[in-house]
Parts: sequence; structure tokens; C-alpha cells
Amino acid sequence: MMERPDLKQALGRLLGPATPEVGCEECFDQLDRYVELELTGEDADAAIPGLRAHLTGCPACREEHESLRALVGGEQLL
Amino acid sequence: MSAGKADTVGLVESASPLSTLVPAPPLLDAESREWLQSLRATDATGQEAIARLHALLLRAARFEVARRRPTLSHLRGDELEDIAIEAADDAVLSVLRRLDDFRGASRFTTWAYKFALLEAAVKLRKRAWQGREVPLEPEGWELFSSAGLEPAAEAAQSELLEALQSAIAQVLTPHQRRVLVALALNGVPIDVLAERLNTNRGALYKTLHDARRKLRKHLQERGLALDTWLEEKQ
Repeated sequence: MMERPDLKQALGRLLGPATPEVGCEECFDQLDRYVELELTGEDADAAIPGLRAHLTGCPACREEHESLRALVGGEQLL
Repeated sequence: MSAGKADTVGLVESASPLSTLVPAPPLLDAESREWLQSLRATDATGQEAIARLHALLLRAARFEVARRRPTLSHLRGDELEDIAIEAADDAVLSVLRRLDDFRGASRFTTWAYKFALLEAAVKLRKRAWQGREVPLEPEGWELFSSAGLEPAAEAAQSELLEALQSAIAQVLTPHQRRVLVALALNGVPIDVLAERLNTNRGALYKTLHDARRKLRKHLQERGLALDTWLEEKQ
């Protein structure tokens, strides 16, 4: 079957994550701990259930996660 | 969402009792403890610490501006610097207001950075949409049409698309429909929509989440095994 990769992404944006997720406020509250767990190689998803699903469903929180991870991760390399 | 404002959505679904999973606060590391003590000082030490905090958060805000710069070509360098400074100013106020919330679950600087990144990101998203109309009617359905499908796949996709459009029109409330269409179909940033609708990010995301649940349930009741359908496309 020939298909456009856009299709799955578009459906994903419309229907969101299938698994339970935290809300934006909880995501913000936990984001610093989540990023540090990720950067130290620990199981951040087990420690903070529902946050990864929220990052999948919320582009704004996902962008802020990527930025914090890049900023803190970059500092650790210095 | 503004970092300093109460934003009342916690767990969107009550599937994981986070409060029982968060471990007891660890002992603060020396650097974080120094930050807290200095920022709480009422003498010159406190003022010096606030200045250090501002410098730290300005660096984070500039980092965010630099990351988004390729999409902000219409803004001059001094405009971007103004946004970074304003974000750092607001982030300092948010950090100081929420200092008692810091429990040492991360380093203090990591905790503080997120306020600056949030403030900068929100300002930049709003700036990018300044003066633009926010589309609340469906504009993005072309993303759902795939060319060159085999007949059976094309029929399945058409069925899904029709069911989706029908569900959006019939199952959702007018508010849920507006929010879902703007955020998930038309790509309007959630902060921009929150400002236009005079609400906040948390409330909008809760509406989006509820709309998504309704859509999934409706489609599954119609016999469309959506998760399977999505997985089959992976």
C-alpha cells in the first residue's frame, strides 16, 4: 500500500494518545524531574506515569520538554 | 498556561495515582540549597541572588529564542532579544512566587529553567500568530487523503475519514469541536487559542482530551478498531 506518512501523524494529532496521560499543569510540575531522570539514564516513564503520553498528545509541552532536555543536556556536556 | 497562574488540570485521566508514586523529597544538593537560602535572604545577598537568577533565566530564554529563530525570520534581532528579556523578567517573578514549591526533585537550576523556557515559548508562539486569524473551521483534511492506495485500502480510508468527520460534527459539543479543530486539525498553538478564547492551556487541553476520548469511543462503537488501524500503518 502506498500511503503518505502525514496520514498517521494527522490521525495521531486528532485522536491523541491511547494511554492515560497527565494534564499540562502536572506535566509542567514534573518536567524538571522527568528530564533529569532521562539524562541520567533512569526509567523516567516508570517514575512518572502518563507524562510521556501527554508529550505525545500536547505539542506545546513536547516542545518545552525538548528545550529543557537540550538545555540541561548541553550543560552536562560542558 | 502562564507559569505563575493556577492551572487546574492535573491528571487528565485517573489511571495513575501520581501522588503515591512520587518518592519523598530528597535532600537538596548543596548548590540548590545555596540558591534557596540566597533567594530568601532579605539583605543584599537576596538582591545579588535575584540578579544571578535573572542572568541564568535570560540565558535559558535566549536558548529558546535561538532554537525557534529559524521559524521567526520576520522578527528582527532586537525584537527577539526584547522577548528573551521579557521572558526572563516574567520567569524570575514566577520562580520567586513559587519558591516554596521547589522540593528538590531536580536541581534548582533545572527547575528554574523550565519557567524561562515556558515564558519564552509562549511569547514566541503568540508573536508568531500576532495579527493572524485563528482558524476554527476544518482546514486540514487534505492530510488524511493518501494518493495511490489500492482499492480496498482506499475504501477503508474513506470509511474512516467519513466516520471521523461525522463524529466531529455529531458527537462533540460546539466548544469541543472548535478546540479540536483548531488545535489538532489546523495546528493552532494551544497558548494562542487560549488567549483568543480567554482561557488557559490546562482547561483547553482538558477539552481537547475529552473530545479525543469521545471520538475514539464513537469510532470504536462503529466497529472501527482505530488503534489496530493505526498500528497497522506503522
